[in-house]
Amino acid sequence: MSPHTTPIVDTENDLTERIIAPDGSRLSNPQLDRYVEDVDFQTLRDLHRDMVVVRRIDSEGVALQRQGQLGLWAPCNGQEAAQVGTARALEKRDYVFPSYRETGVMYARGAAPGDYARMWRGEEGSAYDPDALRIAPLQIIIGAQTLHAVGYGMGIMHDGADEVAVSYFGDGATSQGDVNEAMVFASSYRTPVVFVCQNNHWAISEPVGLQSQYPLAGRAPGFGIPSMRVDGNDVLACLAAMRWALEHARSGKGPAYLEAVTYRMGPHTTADDPKRYRDDAELARWRERDPIARLEAHLRAAGELPQEHLDAVQAEADAVARDMRAATIGMVTRPALAVFDGVYAEPHSGIERQRAEYAAYLAAYEEA
Amino acid sequence: MVQMTMGKALNAGLRQAMRDDDKVVLMGEDIGTLGGVFRITDGLLDEFGKQRVIDTPLAESGIVGTAVGLAFRGYRPVVEIQFDGFIYPAFDQIVSQVAKLHYRTQGRVKMPITIRVPWAGGIGAAEHHSESNEAYFVHTAGLRVIAVSDPQDAYRCLQQAIASDDPVIFFEPKRLYHHKGEVDLDASLADAPPMGLARIVRPGTDATVITYGAMVRTALDAAEAAQDEGISLEVIDLRSLSPIDYDTVAAAVRRTGRVVVAHEASREAGVAAEVIASITERCFEYLEAAPLRVTGHDIPYPPAKLEKFHLPDLDRILDAVDRVMDRPNSLSEATDAKGTER
Repeated sequence: MSPHTTPIVDTENDLTERIIAPDGSRLSNPQLDRYVEDVDFQTLRDLHRDMVVVRRIDSEGVALQRQGQLGLWAPCNGQEAAQVGTARALEKRDYVFPSYRETGVMYARGAAPGDYARMWRGEEGSAYDPDALRIAPLQIIIGAQTLHAVGYGMGIMHDGADEVAVSYFGDGATSQGDVNEAMVFASSYRTPVVFVCQNNHWAISEPVGLQSQYPLAGRAPGFGIPSMRVDGNDVLACLAAMRWALEHARSGKGPAYLEAVTYRMGPHTTADDPKRYRDDAELARWRERDPIARLEAHLRAAGELPQEHLDAVQAEADAVARDMRAATIGMVTRPALAVFDGVYAEPHSGIERQRAEYAAYLAAYEEA
Repeated sequence: MVQMTMGKALNAGLRQAMRDDDKVVLMGEDIGTLGGVFRITDGLLDEFGKQRVIDTPLAESGIVGTAVGLAFRGYRPVVEIQFDGFIYPAFDQIVSQVAKLHYRTQGRVKMPITIRVPWAGGIGAAEHHSESNEAYFVHTAGLRVIAVSDPQDAYRCLQQAIASDDPVIFFEPKRLYHHKGEVDLDASLADAPPMGLARIVRPGTDATVITYGAMVRTALDAAEAAQDEGISLEVIDLRSLSPIDYDTVAAAVRRTGRVVVAHEASREAGVAAEVIASITERCFEYLEAAPLRVTGHDIPYPPAKLEKFHLPDLDRILDAVDRVMDRPNSLSEATDAKGTER
């Protein structure tokens, strides 16, 4: 059995909300325009810089994996607008529950050079200090983090705080029970949560049509959650849509849901080969909708893309990549007994005994 | 000291924990207005309000998963899983999230979640309502696993579990919910034995029966019966299944040299297997006989009318005692007839 092709994968006639067309021209969007009235060309150039830097971090991650410095990398090439656009709408105090592909969100939240690589290199289970970035550890189990965001949102409500919890996940995750349970809980308690589904069209080798025969944003209203299907390769539309969703959640009206329709240009991770499961023509069609090229076309047409900007952006991207590489290669693996660190918050006689046994073994080995 | 059932003691323990710390919130199906299917949360909604006694949608993974998010924000959720057999939909959130987040974040994120599980059999319940699934959780690093066996212990251990910065799977034997005992509601928790320690509930000199949960009552009955035959049985209530207090266990084994481990759960790779393996590692030279297990069979939990054939009872424990003491027992005739070594 194979899924039918649905409008979800019909890129010719999609009905997503957008502000900048694939050719770079500015469109009128009655729903979204008011959310980006303040966005001037300098802000657009900042978003452009963000996306270029994120793409450079991503390509450096792939290179580091190919060179044996990282065990794995999950590329986000093609999804820069969906990640940067939505993340730039967040306040510092908001809390993000990501999947493992949110490199652009990490960058927008101020990640340090090593933060991108630490987990993928296998040094630590969490890539960064969650409280510092206000991002939960990268989540590998598909969709599990959506419930964490909702629970965090329940805590925000209890505290009466002016914050929003945000969960990022992919189209494949929408098939998971946890994501559906998260929407039930969020809707029932009207928690201040924004669900950001990046529909990148492929869950490893499975097309989105296998996950859903209906646009994913169309599911949320069935839970009582307002949703929007936005062009995930239009960074300005993503910014605007996320501002709408955050405004909704912050105002006490409960959760909101975005489906950012985008495309994963590379493999699922550095461990798979997309040539086995998707054809070049599809890739070529999406290449024409590249989020960075689109914003560049828009800025160029307006005469707002000076060479100095492009040079500065390139220099910054190279510097970030250089710092990331240096941080990665400079990581020092913790000593052997660190494998026992942090299993429990309080003393646990079982783990302490094993630590002591292993310490004695290591000591004997060293003496021999 | 007051007489109360274990159910009432658990209720009192929850109430006290919620009074002591306003970050303690309860979550679960039917725990609010109804007071829980076993009434363990009875009256707490009235005292603490629906912000802290949260009736949840019917979704176990959702309950535990949202508790994770609350813990991220500094809350101490106490989750009720309605019945033991309903915990499996939440298994991923428990073993992959609750158990691991502290380790993954090098201690930066704490998961002080208590997962209460009305647990195990003997009440003639329907399918999926009588399971002893503790071994799954004992096998998972990052979790603490507690099984209580009397009202006093239930009252104190529950408060200790909630106060712990670690996640605790808290097993409450359904069979004992109506079991009465003395509870000191006023004693300081600081003076109570830590929840990780085993306790000798009956001293004895001939053999040691190690058990936990509702089986503690059965083992005490067996010890009483053995007394009539002139056998002095020691009974140890493990209380904590992760960690297991091997100092207390090993000291007992060194005194008696003979061990029977009893539990309701199936045998294969169960807690008894771990306890006996650890005993043989630690005090093999003190053993007078091979330690034995008395457990449920390796079968799905049987229908209610058959559960008495599955659950270890007084006689099965005494038969095992006879075997470790080399007295006539269920195997004597068969093995003797074949002339084979036991």
